[in-house]
Amino acid sequence: MTEILGIPTAVLFGQLLLGIINGSFYALLSLGLAVIFGLLKIINFAHGAMYMLGAMVTVIMFDVMGVNYWVALLAAPLVVGCFGVAIEYFLLRRIGGQDHIYSLLLTFGVALMIQGILTNIYGVSGMRYAMPDVFKGGFRLDFMYLPYYRAWVICVALVVCFGTWFVIEKTKLGAYLRAGTEDSQLMQGFGINVPLLVSLTYGFGVMLAAFAGVLAAPIYSVNPVMGSNILIVVFAVVVIGGMGSIAGAIITGLLMGVIEGLTKVVYPEFSSAVIFLVMVIVLLIRPSGLFGKEA
Amino acid sequence: MTMTKKLLTSAIASALLVGGAQAAISDNTVKIGYLADMSGTYRDLAGPNGEAALRMAIEDFGGKVNGAKIEVLTADDRNNPDASSSTVRRWLEDDKVDMVAGLVASSVTIAVTKLLEGTDSLGLVSGSAASSITNEHCTPNHIHYVYDTYPLANGTAKAVVQEGGKSWYILTADYAFGHALEGDVTRVVEENGGEVIDTSRHPFPTSDFSSDILQAQSSGADVVALAKAGADTTNAITTAGEFGLTQSGQTLAALLLFLTDVHALGVDTAQGIQLTTGWYWDLNEKTREWSDRFMEETGVRPTMVHAGIYSSAMQYLNAVKETGSDKAADVRKQMMDTPINDMFATNGTIREDGRMVHDMYLAEVKTPEESENEWDLYKILRTIPGDEAYRPLSESKCKLVSGSVR
Repeated sequence: MTEILGIPTAVLFGQLLLGIINGSFYALLSLGLAVIFGLLKIINFAHGAMYMLGAMVTVIMFDVMGVNYWVALLAAPLVVGCFGVAIEYFLLRRIGGQDHIYSLLLTFGVALMIQGILTNIYGVSGMRYAMPDVFKGGFRLDFMYLPYYRAWVICVALVVCFGTWFVIEKTKLGAYLRAGTEDSQLMQGFGINVPLLVSLTYGFGVMLAAFAGVLAAPIYSVNPVMGSNILIVVFAVVVIGGMGSIAGAIITGLLMGVIEGLTKVVYPEFSSAVIFLVMVIVLLIRPSGLFGKEA
Repeated sequence: MTMTKKLLTSAIASALLVGGAQAAISDNTVKIGYLADMSGTYRDLAGPNGEAALRMAIEDFGGKVNGAKIEVLTADDRNNPDASSSTVRRWLEDDKVDMVAGLVASSVTIAVTKLLEGTDSLGLVSGSAASSITNEHCTPNHIHYVYDTYPLANGTAKAVVQEGGKSWYILTADYAFGHALEGDVTRVVEENGGEVIDTSRHPFPTSDFSSDILQAQSSGADVVALAKAGADTTNAITTAGEFGLTQSGQTLAALLLFLTDVHALGVDTAQGIQLTTGWYWDLNEKTREWSDRFMEETGVRPTMVHAGIYSSAMQYLNAVKETGSDKAADVRKQMMDTPINDMFATNGTIREDGRMVHDMYLAEVKTPEESENEWDLYKILRTIPGDEAYRPLSESKCKLVSGSVR
């Protein structure tokens, strides 16, 4: 077997691919955070909880109403997105214009409450969610066995990420959004309903997190604390990419997945810390992040 | 005359002794601190339901022992040794807690029992797994009650090696418990003619095990062993299924599985997995009867940890009753002198290193056809006698054991 730096190439390619899969989750989640921060200047600490809600709603809808995976892929983000709009309308709006720390604390509190309530009801052992039949099995590649489902995760995550980037950066709607957050009074003057736009943007960011949650449901243990661990990593990704940079969040998400995957081959104990090491280095060299605009 | 005199003096002496002993229940209250994971990954196997089990024991005593009130304080250990240490320090200094129950994550237990050492308080460890707790980390102030990594390895690893799984790849949770389990498994595998070809340690907790499973697959080992617990284990089992680990001819050995984990996985996913357990709710009439009572309280079937919390609290309170003291040294000695025969153990004994030795069970998860209801999960393959299951004192590194191999 050929080797690179003492690591068999088969292992290396396998880890690269898995890194991209994990990176897809990071990308989806950090994209939502970046949209919410970039357009609304809200540091959304409830993002992990929304990811968890996406997965929990998927499982609960299946258990109670027999809703299948494909419907859940659309319905669960919608349900959670509406919940997000409610949070924005009833809570976040009241502290608009205050320092970032207010939104951070508020969303963190909301996350803890959601997590606590669901833990009391469902426990933490996790809920069962069967893999949809179409995804059973996988490709036998030269260097690894790739389950169909993981391949699906990469494709769909990339499509959603690119679509979001395109809408915000290249369409008229995106232009309204960016303008509305830049100078809301002027936009109001043009007859644009800015508060509605803000609610919908928050709702959309939350939907992205919930969508990642649905994707996670068949492969990870679905439980009320599943979002709390990933949240911190995703924040690091956003900081590395540059707060608010849409493209930066996507590319950094994928990149960090790969770096984490490679660390797992070389020194697995360090795999959860490596992203933070990168974050420290990036902050020292380029404080505004890899893709952030220089302040 | 001398006879009467002797009788009289001994009567006075024993009266004094009893009187003195009764005064020895400090503040006339037996305070129990329940420290366990109440919100994290180990919540369901201990958590709030463990507190319910503890309260069942207190209820059986009518809330009082020798006229002294029994009180319970509760705290979340957050799987964090530092946070738990400050809780227990407060319990010892301000609240005068006499006994600490629960004790789940091994790292927490090792930190807490260090604090207990030298005080008058006793720790009854029901949740932790690391065998080092009664080996190099033993203290005269705690008892390890339910199970540890030594019999887990002895039960499951031995059975798997004997079935022909010679080369092993171990996926280890990177903290005290995982290390202890990895060490015990390596010993058992090598003693039985097998070989551990590689290990991979991952941070605790981890949700994505695809990379670890892939490495285990490419290692070509016969057996992929999971030296971890809770959601880490269920996540790894799910991922192993997804990546077709067992279809490619490798055996998956989960070294620590709790009833709640198997319940969460479901028999469809978990069927056929072999595991070692210290107790199962459906062993006999006594266990079923107690489990029914537990289920009425909590709505779920008890894990071995829940049963152990109840049983150890009963033993503790009985010892307080007998000795009339809540001093760790007195109670521990009384508990060591009393064989344990209840719904949890038959002829269980507590050794000088603090290890409660009792029979363990090698079980297999039932198939969907065999399982009659959601909690009907195990069939018992073999009873492992206590003496065979646990680390013999002759191998002990515990400072309390005379002639230990330190």
